[in-house]
Amino acid sequence: MEQIEINGLEVSVNQKKVLNGVDLLIQRGKIHVLMGPNGSGKSTLANVIMGNPKYTVTSGSIKFDREDLLKLKVNERAKKGIFLAFQEPVEISGVNTMNFLVTAYTNLKGKDPELRKEIIKEMDELNLPDSFLKRSLNEGFSGGEKKRFELLQVMLLKPKIAILDEIDSGMDIDSVRMLGEITKNLSKDIGFLMITHNDHILDYIKPNMVSVMKDGKIIKSGDYQLIEQIKKEGYKQLI
Amino acid sequence: MEKIEFDYSKYDFKNSTAKYKILFNEGLSEEVVRRISKLKDEPDWMTDFRITAYKFFVKRPVPEWGADLSKINFNNITYFARATDKKTDNWADLPEDIRETYDKLGIPEAEKNSLSGVEVMYESEVVYNNIKKDLEKLGIIFCDTDTAIRKYPELVKKYFGKVISPNDNKFAALNSAVWSGGSFIYVPKGVKVPMPLQAYFRINAANMGQFERTLIIADEGADVTYIEGCTAPVYSKDSLHAAVVEVIAHKNAHVKYITVQNWSSDVYNLVTKRAFAYENAFVEWVDANMGSKVTEKYPSVYLMEPGAKSNVLSVALANKGQHQDTGTKAVHLAPNTSSVIRSKSICLNGGRTTYRGLIKVKKGATDVKSSTRCDALIFDDFSRTDTYPYMEIDEEESTISHEASVGKIGDEQLFYLESRGLSELEAINMIVLGFISEFVEELPIEFAVEFNRLIKINMEGAVG
Repeated sequence: MEQIEINGLEVSVNQKKVLNGVDLLIQRGKIHVLMGPNGSGKSTLANVIMGNPKYTVTSGSIKFDREDLLKLKVNERAKKGIFLAFQEPVEISGVNTMNFLVTAYTNLKGKDPELRKEIIKEMDELNLPDSFLKRSLNEGFSGGEKKRFELLQVMLLKPKIAILDEIDSGMDIDSVRMLGEITKNLSKDIGFLMITHNDHILDYIKPNMVSVMKDGKIIKSGDYQLIEQIKKEGYKQLI
Repeated sequence: MEKIEFDYSKYDFKNSTAKYKILFNEGLSEEVVRRISKLKDEPDWMTDFRITAYKFFVKRPVPEWGADLSKINFNNITYFARATDKKTDNWADLPEDIRETYDKLGIPEAEKNSLSGVEVMYESEVVYNNIKKDLEKLGIIFCDTDTAIRKYPELVKKYFGKVISPNDNKFAALNSAVWSGGSFIYVPKGVKVPMPLQAYFRINAANMGQFERTLIIADEGADVTYIEGCTAPVYSKDSLHAAVVEVIAHKNAHVKYITVQNWSSDVYNLVTKRAFAYENAFVEWVDANMGSKVTEKYPSVYLMEPGAKSNVLSVALANKGQHQDTGTKAVHLAPNTSSVIRSKSICLNGGRTTYRGLIKVKKGATDVKSSTRCDALIFDDFSRTDTYPYMEIDEEESTISHEASVGKIGDEQLFYLESRGLSELEAINMIVLGFISEFVEELPIEFAVEFNRLIKINMEGAVG
């Protein structure tokens, strides 16, 4: 089975240790929910899997189908089928959104003459107006629009593993439902690592695995029942 | 991103100089100036103009307020070369090595794409001249400036050197003394040129100066867009390009002048460009500077009469060993005049960009509006960018604004794009082309494609 396997991962940024030995499994076709208090290292983990050069891996491994991901460049990881939906997608002035989508798709999937039609169709599903495509990338998008645009890219690029870094935060209740339904649907073929603070999303999806992170470590793993426990008792009882 | 070597060889179209019919020895004197004029069989007024200018050139010191020009050796430069004796309107009639060079520059394609009247300048003289018949029918004159002096002496004499006097600056004086080639355009009253007029320039003999002289006159209510593009081969010795461009936009006329210059990294590119805009006229300079060792260029508009407008949009890209000292002047001499200036600069590999601008508002020029926006994109810690916006405002009732920004190419932007499958170079290209997109949007589509290609070639050294 295609999966990302993380073992004993230690990471530092600016000489400061931020991950202290993380073990985690993300399997294609399954949903793994990652929760935990602010600053526990969830976003860092997402960025390290994708290869953000800001972080230095000091120990441990990340493997995808037994291949060492840490040896691959960011775009090579993307070409293997790994995708990161950003918590705060960056704005890039003057880069046309449609042009960006076509370039990304062509790089990852090859040419597709039907691509533009496909983009419009999926934007419609996400309630994103066509006028979006003429704007600069992520510029002048509302918080919710940025998140839906990240989701659009998941739908379009169909990765093998998608990491969703709090893309439900800042979404209104209808968008969260939409996200839940779309994720559930896509999870037949995509493996998700869903980082969230928001247990609303969990009304719509039933994760296969749930992990809780604190101080750069996974402190507890289990199935979806762990979520019920957190809902009732908060994180404190886990520590 | 760290150590970067810039490879210009992709744009190295250096051809042999063996086939020059006339090639002057290096160096400049009054005698050389007289010889140039005589070879061209010019009228006395032009010979006198050249001699006067030469005297100004000798008197004036090399300017020291800008980039370092102290390494220019004026005695090491060839001031005149003639590539071929005959001129032609037929592409196939051109000598083969000339055609080869132009093929590499894509000129026939540009023609196919129906950019009208291609006028190609090879070395000092225009050797290829193809004006579409319908332009002639409209009374539009589009030829090289040497031809214009022979065929339209009164028209040329009326305007030549009137916008930029031979004594304006040292390099305008040099150009006035030894100029050769360049484009002459006259658009009669009320005529709108239906397509952009286009010319290409090249320097192709080592150490050879190029001193083209362009003069554009748009009569009342006329409308014209002119495009020039330049590329040049790499040389070890220093070359000098000192052009003069004069534009006159009469009442209600519109002139848009688009330049993309991509000189090889040994060229001193010292150009004087200025326009006079009369009542309600509109002048636009769209100007991109890449390559060269030093560029000093400040396309200017003198807003002479009420209602005149100007728009200057420029891009400067400085790579290793290059200094782009560019900017603009807007001189408001009448009420209700307006100027808009947008400057985009990019520096990498230790390259240096300088924005130098002047906004001048004369006493009595009320209700003037002027806005300047300068954005710089800097790649690394050893590149440098500076902004010098000068203002001389002698009229209180004016609205002047200036904004500037300096940004580093963002690591988070690169990471975002790379996470979508783009290589580092592709990501850089996308960010840089985004940064200058408002400039590219001003170019005709065929030219925009070529321009994007030049930018990408410049970015190839930017990946560590």
